[in-house]
Amino acid sequence: METNKYLQEEIVRISGVNPRKCMRCGKCSATCPAYDEMEYHPHQFVNMVENGDIEPLLNSKSLYKCLSCFACIDRCPRSVQPAKLVEAVRLAVIRQQGANHMTANDVPAMIDEDTPQQLLVSAFRKYTK
Amino acid sequence: MKVSYFPGCTLKNKARDLDLYARRAAEVLGVALEEIENWQCCGGVFTTANDEVATKLSSVRALKDAGEKGQPLVTVCSACHNVIKQTNHAMQTNAAFADKVNRYMGADGPYCGETEVYHYLEMLRDIVGFDKVKQAVVNSLAGKKIAAYYGCLLLRPNTVMHMDDPENPTIMEDFIRALGAEAIVYAKRNECCGGYISVECPDTARKNSEAIIRNAKAAGAEMIITACPLCKYNLVKNGADIPVVYFTELLAEALGVKEDTNGN
Repeated sequence: METNKYLQEEIVRISGVNPRKCMRCGKCSATCPAYDEMEYHPHQFVNMVENGDIEPLLNSKSLYKCLSCFACIDRCPRSVQPAKLVEAVRLAVIRQQGANHMTANDVPAMIDEDTPQQLLVSAFRKYTK
Repeated sequence: MKVSYFPGCTLKNKARDLDLYARRAAEVLGVALEEIENWQCCGGVFTTANDEVATKLSSVRALKDAGEKGQPLVTVCSACHNVIKQTNHAMQTNAAFADKVNRYMGADGPYCGETEVYHYLEMLRDIVGFDKVKQAVVNSLAGKKIAAYYGCLLLRPNTVMHMDDPENPTIMEDFIRALGAEAIVYAKRNECCGGYISVECPDTARKNSEAIIRNAKAAGAEMIITACPLCKYNLVKNGADIPVVYFTELLAEALGVKEDTNGN
């Protein structure tokens, strides 16, 4: 297992999450509305960050499946707040030059006449820097 | 009473109804919504990383503007409310973050989260009072079976939002009852519709939205109300065969101001 100490510390620092508080109950993954689409589920994010196993997360599409619904944040009995880790790992990727997950060129194919501005604004905020 | 009002990007475009009916109803209820001048888009979703500063400045500017007038800040869109309230909380509780923001914002005095933030529903409950809303109803909605769809952003994270019990909320049901209608309670009313995932993975939005609609209908709902343009979009796009309307439209209808004096 490759340990990336610097990234691990950075992710813990900017998320404000202490992954060692996790007691492995799995409630975050049980309540996640994007569970079926995720390669690594919320409880695995917590465990992998704790172990410094960051590389697989950086390369996983799971980063873009989180809905930011705060369900795992509210329902964790230990207040671990897994979604904040998912966000921190995603930022570690998209803050790199040329690593945006979405560009303005993608927009025409995404929209229809009813698409609310909120949808595009939110997607850009989550998928680009 | 005068309050500062932050409409948000979608209320100026695809969700004009949400804004229009909010304004008309507020007037009847004696609340003057003073739109913040030159407000900027909230960004749609709060970035939870605590080293993100630039993405939160538009919310701080709106909060500061309201604070300088000594007014609470009222929003109608669930997303704007969530972003602005979470930003305000960060300004109150994260001194290092607040310091960076205030240094960037310049010399006109520090802001440390003093402004009170209300969602329009909270304004109805806590400032106007649902009893007063009830008294102002001229077209009772008696006999209508209406399901409230909270989604995620109004209620979570509860430690910041403090709107209601996040797992057993009642504010929207109390609102429906104040208008004379029957509130349909169903399990999925606080589960996510999929939000912005409809650009990345439309199947997830479809699956979530269909389950919400099915659940509401099985409980007897004839209509779903929401405060969020994206929830409305996802539910309608993913097969809602009962009306999905903004809560402000329902309010304006009950208060007799859905149409103006010219019938528009």
